[in-house]
Amino acid sequence: MIPELGHYCLVLALALALIQASVPMWGARVGDSTLMGVAGPAALAQFAFVAASFAALTWCYVASDFSVFNVFQNSHSAMPLIYKFTSVWGNHEGSMLLWVLILSLFGASVAAFGGNLPETLRADALAVQAWIAAAFYLFILVTSNPFLRLADAPFEGRDLNPILQDPGLAIHPPLLYLGYVGFSISFSFAIAALIEGRIDAAWARWVRPWALAAWLCLTLGIAMGSYWAYYELGWGGWWFWDPVENASLMPWLAGTALLHSAVVMEKRNALKIWTILLAILAFSLSLLGTFLVRSGVLTSVHTFASDPTRGVFILAILAVFIGGGFTLYAWRAPMLKQGGLFAPISREGALVFNNLFLTSACATVFVGTLYPLALEALTEEKISVGAPFFNFTFGPLLVPLLIAVPFGPLLAWKRGDVLGAAQRLMLAFALALVGLGVAFALQGGQPVLAPFGVALAVFVMIGALTDLSERLGLFRVPLGVTLARARGLPRSNFGTAVAHFAAGVVLLGVVAETAWNAERIATLKVGETISLRGYDFTLDGLIPRPGPNYREVAAHFTIRRDGVVIGVMEPSKRTFPQRAMSTTEAALMSRGVSQIYLSLGETSADGAVAVRLYHKPLVLLIWLGAVMMAFGGALSLSDRRLRVGAPKPARRKPALQPAE
Amino acid sequence: MRWLAPIMLFLALLGATPAFAVQPDEILKDPVLEARARALSQELRCMVCQNQSIDDSDAPLARDLRILVRERLVAGDSDAQLTDFLVARYGEFVLLRPRLSWHTALLWSAPFVVVLIGAIGFVAAGRRARVAGAEHLSPEEEARVAALIERIE
Repeated sequence: MIPELGHYCLVLALALALIQASVPMWGARVGDSTLMGVAGPAALAQFAFVAASFAALTWCYVASDFSVFNVFQNSHSAMPLIYKFTSVWGNHEGSMLLWVLILSLFGASVAAFGGNLPETLRADALAVQAWIAAAFYLFILVTSNPFLRLADAPFEGRDLNPILQDPGLAIHPPLLYLGYVGFSISFSFAIAALIEGRIDAAWARWVRPWALAAWLCLTLGIAMGSYWAYYELGWGGWWFWDPVENASLMPWLAGTALLHSAVVMEKRNALKIWTILLAILAFSLSLLGTFLVRSGVLTSVHTFASDPTRGVFILAILAVFIGGGFTLYAWRAPMLKQGGLFAPISREGALVFNNLFLTSACATVFVGTLYPLALEALTEEKISVGAPFFNFTFGPLLVPLLIAVPFGPLLAWKRGDVLGAAQRLMLAFALALVGLGVAFALQGGQPVLAPFGVALAVFVMIGALTDLSERLGLFRVPLGVTLARARGLPRSNFGTAVAHFAAGVVLLGVVAETAWNAERIATLKVGETISLRGYDFTLDGLIPRPGPNYREVAAHFTIRRDGVVIGVMEPSKRTFPQRAMSTTEAALMSRGVSQIYLSLGETSADGAVAVRLYHKPLVLLIWLGAVMMAFGGALSLSDRRLRVGAPKPARRKPALQPAE
Repeated sequence: MRWLAPIMLFLALLGATPAFAVQPDEILKDPVLEARARALSQELRCMVCQNQSIDDSDAPLARDLRILVRERLVAGDSDAQLTDFLVARYGEFVLLRPRLSWHTALLWSAPFVVVLIGAIGFVAAGRRARVAGAEHLSPEEEARVAALIERIE
């Protein structure tokens, strides 16, 4: 009964979405407030029904109802409870349900918090949001129904893929989807603005919080996925330039560009057409990502052709929304009035520079990801585009961008003084040179590029602080005045500084890990010791342990430095009988922000076990930096000027119109 | 398996059994040769995996290829000779960094072309905006400006 209710709720949500997609838009055309007013309650009710549907599927998983085909395929009664929850989205059908749940959550949020929006814009944006929702409800109902029943209910399920039986699954997909799907709001607003043919700085003010929220979730989601891969896969890599990773990186790059260009639009009423384009682009890339990972096209163009139902359906959604969005853009954008002039050297100019390189980096990833598919489809020729290509092309595109980061906030709007900014960055230059020298001295010789990477990272970090300290008058005025200024300074200024500083932190982590990673592969017997970078690892013994739905063999290591015990590590191998698969659980030990990484390989007949040992200097900075970056976004989001409905002098004033 | 990939992103794609790639018994005695072998392995695709280099993959075929690479290096092949040999045997598919040729020209030139087009586009748009923005005042406005200036003087 519960699965059928869930199924029915989804059908009702589709019906509501269809109403929300048409009635308010018609109302906006004929100027009927009652019809436009339908959008809000419809969006809220839609969310309620999808949430009920999602709860129904969750209930099936938690209760281990194996008569539901999806549960039978992806669950097991002995699985720990947390994985019963997370396996709801650990499969295609369930993850699509999560996708629409988040989509309807965003729609409902606009309905709930968008009270200060102009009536027609709100109605149009919610209608566009409902078009997207309707398309995906239909996709689930037609091709990917998670509530299908089996005639004869099996006694036991086939278990969740062991790799997914990890707390990472609880956090990574929801965050990633919050990011992906969050960009649907800026898309809907962009389309609504194009339909109305009117756009102004206020538009950017309404859209920026949504874009910022989506961006910060996506940042955290990508970082979480990267860290998960790092500890789960057993060979210490953290970014693989896999097409599926690229699919999440592209919206992130476009979204980052969008955030920056929206600032120009809000403050200076310039770059309007470009901002609209980025809003469409960011969500289009999210849709593209969904298509890439859902359709099977990544394996080969031919697998896609052999089982095309889902792929073709998503391709159709893609064509309608991306094609439709860009057509509307091409038609309407020339009619929008441009405003806000600026000299090339100015804050606006710096942000254009930022956008140029971010979108170019995005385009490079796009071409690299899709080129093999296109080539194979056109010429039957198969080539591979992997990590070496991306490292070679993506890196150089980020260097000019990062060099420009500290300059941006120091330049004035309209017309800036680049020499003046450079003078104010003297301290950052000096410390970057110190970083260069120290890095050279520490590493000696190879790799030559690494110290320059360190210097750039230091420059970005100190540069980000320069702007802040100048605004606060740090060390120039009495501390009390500085504190008073800090209280007065808008949060978004802190947000910018923190996020830019974090970019330097991530870079430092990436450079250090890439250049100075040490690795050792060896075979050990119980009682033997190996060393790496001054750490001695002694294998004390192998311990078999039972788990809830797996068997585990852990290797107990004692780690010493200069003869002093500093800790124990227990990497293990798990075997999951249900799927006849095994996973490696690496052991990690953090030393400051560096890590020691230990994972197990095969055990040979004579009891020797293969181990892989890494010392990864400063590796944690990569993820700490990403979290810091998201924190910067959160600070900016909490700025009261950005808060939806903040500039409201009198609360009850129905005639109040947002500033044009 | 394939349909699982999306959710976890890359994790599931990388194969069902994450484990070891290079095995201890494969490693060459000569550290210089071994370093070359590792560097080369990172540029070679595991033919049966999705987007994994043979250095990262634990598929049996990847292991065979790693051993083959080391055998050829020990036999005295240069990096270029070895790459040519592998391409002749497996096709260009084996290279994770495609060679520059007519059918990859678009791929390799993409980053430069995009930056160039973007830069030209922004410069042109900026110039157009400045020309369009330098609007001339209407006669009445001119008169008002003149009147204001007169009053100040």
